[in-house]
Amino acid sequence: MRTFPIGGIHPHDNKEWSKDQAIERLELPDKVAIPMIQHIGAPSTPVVKKGDKVLTGQLIGQSVGFVSANIHSSVSGTVVDVDGYANGQGQRRLMVVIKREGDEWVESIDRSPELKRECTLSSEEIIAKIKDAGIVGLGGAQFPTHVKLTIPDGQKAEVLVINGVECEPYLTSDYRNMLERAEEILTGVEILMRAVKVERAVIGVENNKPDAVAHLREVAQKNNYKNIEILPLKVRYPQGGEKQLIAAATGRQVPPPPALPISVGAVVCNVSTTIAVYEAVQKNKPLIERVVTITGKDLKSTHNYLARFGTPVSRLFELAGLPEGDVKLLNGGPMMGRAIVDITAPLIKGCSGITVLSGKEAARGKELSCIKCGKCVEACPMGLEPYLLSKLGKLQKWDMAEEHYATDCIECGCCSYTCPSYLPLLDYIRIAKQTVMTNIRARAAANKK
Amino acid sequence: MQTRLFAAPSPHIHGGEKTQQIMGDVILALVPALAVSCYVLGWRVFMITAISVASALLFEYLIQRFLLKGRTTIGDLSAVVTGMLLAFNLPVGIPWWIVVIGSLVAIGIGKMTFGGLGCNPFNPALTGRIFLLIAYPVQMTDWTTSVPDAISGSTMLANVKAGALSLSELDFVSLLGGHMNGSMGEIGALALILGGVYLLVRRVITWHIPVAVLGTMAIFGLSVAIPDGGATLWQLPLFHLLAGGAMLGAIFMATDYSTSPMTHKGMIIYGVGIGVITMVIRLWGAYPEGMSFAIFIMNAATPLINKYCRPKRFGTK
Repeated sequence: MRTFPIGGIHPHDNKEWSKDQAIERLELPDKVAIPMIQHIGAPSTPVVKKGDKVLTGQLIGQSVGFVSANIHSSVSGTVVDVDGYANGQGQRRLMVVIKREGDEWVESIDRSPELKRECTLSSEEIIAKIKDAGIVGLGGAQFPTHVKLTIPDGQKAEVLVINGVECEPYLTSDYRNMLERAEEILTGVEILMRAVKVERAVIGVENNKPDAVAHLREVAQKNNYKNIEILPLKVRYPQGGEKQLIAAATGRQVPPPPALPISVGAVVCNVSTTIAVYEAVQKNKPLIERVVTITGKDLKSTHNYLARFGTPVSRLFELAGLPEGDVKLLNGGPMMGRAIVDITAPLIKGCSGITVLSGKEAARGKELSCIKCGKCVEACPMGLEPYLLSKLGKLQKWDMAEEHYATDCIECGCCSYTCPSYLPLLDYIRIAKQTVMTNIRARAAANKK
Repeated sequence: MQTRLFAAPSPHIHGGEKTQQIMGDVILALVPALAVSCYVLGWRVFMITAISVASALLFEYLIQRFLLKGRTTIGDLSAVVTGMLLAFNLPVGIPWWIVVIGSLVAIGIGKMTFGGLGCNPFNPALTGRIFLLIAYPVQMTDWTTSVPDAISGSTMLANVKAGALSLSELDFVSLLGGHMNGSMGEIGALALILGGVYLLVRRVITWHIPVAVLGTMAIFGLSVAIPDGGATLWQLPLFHLLAGGAMLGAIFMATDYSTSPMTHKGMIIYGVGIGVITMVIRLWGAYPEGMSFAIFIMNAATPLINKYCRPKRFGTK
């Protein structure tokens, strides 16, 4: 069975906690706070003001520039405030706060449950619709999808790779979508193939979800979805990393940055994003909700909710109940998720799940000194030397960190995970990577002048 | 009790492997060899090992506590490993005070002067052994209290080298079982291999270094034996693998994390280097055994090997 070529780890997947919970619609919140930045790129500009009435699906934040994304209201009601509020990480972000009154949708949105498969739109029309709908990568990266699908001049896409890997432990939202919304995914894949003009698509799914593989295959065969291969992959983290998945699914390695997947002819899209694409193109529905997993060993119950964006995180735990004592609430899974420090913060587009770790489970071990065991080197899926990069970061040797390819790091956390001396390797590598990237940009700007 | 949120950067979970546990595995892997040694050479083996381990722990504690005035790390068990390996490299009849001096050199000079665990460029136990070999050459090569009916006075390597013993007289089965003169821990190749297999299974070490060292020695031995031909053709390589410190060195000493290369490619170069140097010393040098020196020399080359043997960067050819 195929997988990516170097490094990787095999943490316990902990999916059993929430994998059997069918997707349930979360009751609408009374109030939502919708951040104007839920994507990589420039923040959007609010196009509503205090006192305005809005409908569900109405544009409230206009994207600024190419790498940006539209933001839509997830409920109908009255705008009560447009101001800075704390996001999950405690950072102040511009948000549109809407008090909900009923649930009245924008008229052009098709809310019928029937599947609409036929699509005759051109590539440009599809990408335009995706851009209008404010779709970003729902796997966690929140990169605007229309940017990914716009193939630069002189390059050609050859294969569409759909990410159904969900290699993060605990999370099950992609898995539930594959089981419950397989046909929407497959239609979405057909639309995406049209958008990037390729004849072939591969859906990569890790083999700890054999039922999802079987179900997708069955639905694809029964309904005659052609040229879409459903490929089971050997379970190994971080297979869901874009470069790792391309290597696993196609055998091609994307060259080091700044090269993008398109340089090996690949375009990657997450399965849940594919559903959003289907809804946007065929049903005119903007991105206003997603499936989010609520999971953890100490919760009263676990859930896979279909929840509207802007819903306070605390609402997601009304049934599950937050455990007492010290807990870590993660936006995402335990390997790459970011800790949430404010439970009044809103649910955003990139949140595939909220994992609750007990204090003991998430506590960091006591740091010892590096014994040069080389386990981090062996685990690094990018072929870096984490022990060295981390040390260079700690010593603030930015030039040397650059020479050792700090910018290649995908922040998967395999190094810190394996370190027997419990060194916070990734903490320092991340600082080094960010500083080196800033330096590179500054150099480029200086050269332009 | 109420819910308190706390934050830290990702990753939020850990694989659970600890330095202490790795050291524990090494200690456990050394136990079969210790047992064989005790059986063949008597209870004194145990006593020397205990003195070596205890003094290694004591010196590490004293140096960290009173000289460096920092927290002590004897809990990581690395000093136990150093103590055991040092003892394994000594003859059983060695006076106890020499063992203590060896421990002091191993921990004090070999390890703590460089900043403790992970910072030392040379294997601490070997530093101790080589110091003793130079400082107390008589006591360090006194094998008289060893195996009763083995050829007394010197090791097999020395006997073969001096021409006192021909290869055809050797009983390879007893070599495997530890029936030979030598340092306490180097006899009993089978027990050492068993320990090595355990370390491989527990993923404490990879196959690269031991296989490179032993493979190189075998090939080297074979190429030297070819001109002689005949019976020595298979005996010479096999003899070199089983006699002296080959197994102990290749499996336990050369694989020391801090003093060996990080990448698999580097490990193979390092292992080949050790194999070649060992055989050159054994066949043409003044000493009958060259394993310690070979590892020591390749330890010195490790930073250089690390510099040139980088892992393969993702996306490059």
